[in-house]
Amino acid sequence: MREVAIAGVAMTKFGISEDTCIEMFGQAATGALVKSDIEPKDIEALFLGNCLGDFEDGQAHMGAHIHTALGLPMAAPAFRFENACATATVAIRQAALMVGAGIYDVVLAGGTERVAAMDTPMATRTFAMASNSCYSAPTGITFPGVFAMAAHMYAGKYGMDISSLSEYMAHVSVKNHFHASMNPKAQFQKEISVEKVLESFMVADPLHFLDCCPFSDGASAVVIASKEKAVQMTDKPVYIIGTGQAAGGPVINNPDMTRIKPREVASAMAYKEAGVTPGDIDLCELHDCFTIAEILAIEGLGFYEFGKGYDAAKKGETRLGSDRTVINPSGGLKAKGHPIGATGAAQVTEIVEQLRGESKERQVEGARTGLVDTLGGEFGTVCNLILRSYA
Amino acid sequence: MKHQHLFKDYQQGLENGELIGVYCKKCKTFSFHSSLSCSKCGSMDLVGKVSEKSGTLETFTVIRVAAEGLTPPFIVALVRTDSGFHVMGNLEGIDPSSASMDLLGKQVKISSKKVTRDRYSQGVTHCLSFTLDQ
Ligand SMILES: [Zn+2]
Repeated sequence: MREVAIAGVAMTKFGISEDTCIEMFGQAATGALVKSDIEPKDIEALFLGNCLGDFEDGQAHMGAHIHTALGLPMAAPAFRFENACATATVAIRQAALMVGAGIYDVVLAGGTERVAAMDTPMATRTFAMASNSCYSAPTGITFPGVFAMAAHMYAGKYGMDISSLSEYMAHVSVKNHFHASMNPKAQFQKEISVEKVLESFMVADPLHFLDCCPFSDGASAVVIASKEKAVQMTDKPVYIIGTGQAAGGPVINNPDMTRIKPREVASAMAYKEAGVTPGDIDLCELHDCFTIAEILAIEGLGFYEFGKGYDAAKKGETRLGSDRTVINPSGGLKAKGHPIGATGAAQVTEIVEQLRGESKERQVEGARTGLVDTLGGEFGTVCNLILRSYA
Repeated sequence: MKHQHLFKDYQQGLENGELIGVYCKKCKTFSFHSSLSCSKCGSMDLVGKVSEKSGTLETFTVIRVAAEGLTPPFIVALVRTDSGFHVMGNLEGIDPSSASMDLLGKQVKISSKKVTRDRYSQGVTHCLSFTLDQ
């Protein structure tokens, strides 16, 4: 495999959008092209992530429409990826693999999603479509419900009171809102308190409303290129030095819900390829769809031992300024927002900007190596990318 | 019987009051009905077999914000059947507001109920339900 790098990255502000999925991706994509100092004619393929455009905009086959709106060359094929919430990370990984293999030199990848165009019951229903429709969905399980079950199991396994775990989880939310308060692209740019989280209504016991990421609209795009091409596009290429992806689930096949096995497999793959260990990672954008999910992720990715990650946020170890791995400096899914098919590309965007030293007040000092972690469905897909500021 | 792995066969089993799993002829492990290979050894030499309808509740949640068409609150639980595989279903017969961590590890009986699905799914289907084994 040849060396692969990221040139331009861009994202829309996450939140509520009046623009369609296609229009939002257009804004992100043109931003990424401008930052790469290239034009649409230079793109050789489009790898577009989108989960639910059919329901959001009544728009299927989105890749071709975006391709034409952007004016990409007719010979540049357009693909739509769907891997639940891991969608855009999977699209970017595939782009990196294709460029690494020498099939393409320059690929536009990313994702777009307009969840808030649906009302909450409809959005909850369509999200639940990513759980097993025959065997899981009839129980009325929701995604907050899946992680709520994981939280109860975590508390039971490690002998914790559910009220004390709830407080530790609230600190994850508080920390991610603090990070997002410095992120102009975030959906929620204000700080919250532990009390506020614990006072918010219950969505799925023990997860409160403020333990949960919001429904969000947004898009993000990245230009993936061979090293040779990337260094012509930017002074600061960011290298994709390791990737991993694994499949598993549903929950009945991953019954120890405190250990999301596909994450352990995918991240091991990425660490091995990159030749780094968890201790080498300066910052990580990971899948905090719910506060407990961040706790499970920092353990599954190897930053903490199993059963030891619950108090990391409360102790400030995952917060900006910590000398350990900073977790979700963007504000994460919780506070930056979670337009599901775009999320992975926004995680990549954050890491790339951090590694370039462009993150202003939320800059992780001296950041050189970052990890992206994105989870889809009831533990169905995990995709990891390791990025570094040097090859 | 040669296992068909089809949802309609699983449904027919529940209609008859039976929870059907798949049983590995090679390593004698039970897996969930829809598995096309053994969850332990990977063998595809499986037969359908009636499972125990009892198990242990391993975790749960109370759903308070539900998808379109459902009325919360209700309890969803993960149960390890006494045959060894896991199933998801609804815990019934207790008030959701009284659900607590004390439920973890409780023995349950497994049955099923008919639920009406929506336009995106398969009409009326059996869904597993659990009751505490007092
Ligand atoms: Zn076997």
